[in-house]
Amino acid sequence: MNRILARSLWEFAFFLGVAFFVVLAAFPFYWMVITAFKENSDLYDVSNIPFWFNEWPTLEHLKYLFEETLFARWLWNSLVIGVCVTAITLVTAVPAGYALARMKSRKGETLGITIFLTYLVPPTLLFLPLSRIIAELGLQNSMWSLVLVYPTFTIPFCSWLLMGFFKALPVEIEEAAVVDGCSLFGAFIKMAIPLSVPAILTVVIFTFTLTLQEFVYALTFVSSSDQKTITLGVTTDLVRGDVFFWGELMAGALIAAVPVAIAYNLFLDRFIAGITGGAVK
Amino acid sequence: MAVIAEPIAKPVSRFNFFLDRREVLEMFLVAPAIIYVLLLVGLPLLLAVYYSLSNYTVYDPTWKFVGLRNFFDIVQNPTFIQTLVNTFIFTFGSQLLGLVLGKFGAFLLLRPFPGRKIVRALIVLPFVIPVALATIAWRWLFDSLYSVFNWTLIALHILDRADAPNWLGTPWLAMLCVIIINAWRFFPFAIVIFLAGITAVPQDVIDAATVDGAGFWRRNYQIILPMILPIMAIGLIFGIVFTFTDLSIVFLLTQGGPVGATSVLAFAGFKTGIESGDVAHGAAMSLFMLPVLLIVVVFMLRFIRRREI
Repeated sequence: MNRILARSLWEFAFFLGVAFFVVLAAFPFYWMVITAFKENSDLYDVSNIPFWFNEWPTLEHLKYLFEETLFARWLWNSLVIGVCVTAITLVTAVPAGYALARMKSRKGETLGITIFLTYLVPPTLLFLPLSRIIAELGLQNSMWSLVLVYPTFTIPFCSWLLMGFFKALPVEIEEAAVVDGCSLFGAFIKMAIPLSVPAILTVVIFTFTLTLQEFVYALTFVSSSDQKTITLGVTTDLVRGDVFFWGELMAGALIAAVPVAIAYNLFLDRFIAGITGGAVK
Repeated sequence: MAVIAEPIAKPVSRFNFFLDRREVLEMFLVAPAIIYVLLLVGLPLLLAVYYSLSNYTVYDPTWKFVGLRNFFDIVQNPTFIQTLVNTFIFTFGSQLLGLVLGKFGAFLLLRPFPGRKIVRALIVLPFVIPVALATIAWRWLFDSLYSVFNWTLIALHILDRADAPNWLGTPWLAMLCVIIINAWRFFPFAIVIFLAGITAVPQDVIDAATVDGAGFWRRNYQIILPMILPIMAIGLIFGIVFTFTDLSIVFLLTQGGPVGATSVLAFAGFKTGIESGDVAHGAAMSLFMLPVLLIVVVFMLRFIRRREI
């Protein structure tokens, strides 16, 4: 009897613990959702219970966001930046990852680690000189400066990720192609790339999410509203003076966060494997 | 015949020669990535060092070399010392809190139970949401008037509305908030790292230890912990680097306030270098991150090397 009691107490504590973590992690997200759809009169009334809707949910904030602010423009900017950065990253990181994986001796490994370490050089150390470089190129206050700068962290990360992938790809396939009369470069283009589509897809997702998440460079290099990315626009443009439009802010944050959260969730294990560089074998 | 054949054959063979030499091809493939990174990470890094040794401002772009004077200027400024201390408190406070939460969370998620996948997807939310957007949500949660925490405390009659805390307006509370948000952001990362490490420990090693008479604690601390240490270290290194150099949370939550209580290195560098245009002093402030980064990089290299053995 005692045993059963102890066991169910343990079970109870276990699920209590799980519940605690779920609430801790998801509550701010829930708060975003509920704020985004609440009437202002409901939102700013401290006598209301804030945890649910006291009046009917409204789409007013979303409407305001799309009609009265540059929100749609920021979405578009982020999309354009994401596509361009992804293209640059693929063109440079796929060959680099492949070459690093196939290099004989330790040279490839050392070079790979060096490239990866640049991923750790923080934007907050580089933004001063980079803003000067961007000014020299005439890109100040333009979203194209971000297209130029974002690959500085996506290339190192994705090269490293792809290096790990190509190492796992049997070199015999390419050797067979070479024996059959293919050039080494041809073996890379015709054999290695088609086989690495899943890895390339991962890289596309990561590049996109990394550019959507980025805040520091966008804040430093872009100040005109119509050039802002979605993350920057939502967090800096929806505040008038000292007044925060919480409904609009949360609605905007929600729209920007949901796709990133979903994509990241699906690819999280690969992200972790990339970061730890195969420390787990 | 020979005259016609030669010009056709020659470019083909030269092309093949280039594409068939393994070392040449490898250099050719890796070059674009390296050049990009050298130009836009390596060069700016050197420039940042030079800026910090010059008297460069946006109003006076003469680049005159002044030696270490900027560094002497800023360390004599008590506000900057405060900023430096804040950065360490922020980094280590939030990493410690994040690790503790991560360890407990991983312990819970290790056991299979119905709905574990959904629970995991919810628990990793803080890490997968863009941090700038999450910070804005937290700012709303900590609002001086409409904070849901205050509302709850008042509704439960723990507090009176008159002495409800002003989360972001009181220096130590503001620091606590910044730490909590960063810990909140990183604990799912710690959970996932722990889980990845633990599931990679071969079951037969644990079984062998059990057969040899190792109990629960012994298995945990003498078998599993040493085996997951490298991956944990790499996770922690990432946490430290991204926290130590972070700007977005402080910028969006407190603007370094109240009275500099939450100002951190990256924020001070931004304020001085970008907003005030004093590039030289801003660069010098940012460069205070470099020693910590270098130490971290050395550790990182050691762990990456170790896994190869």
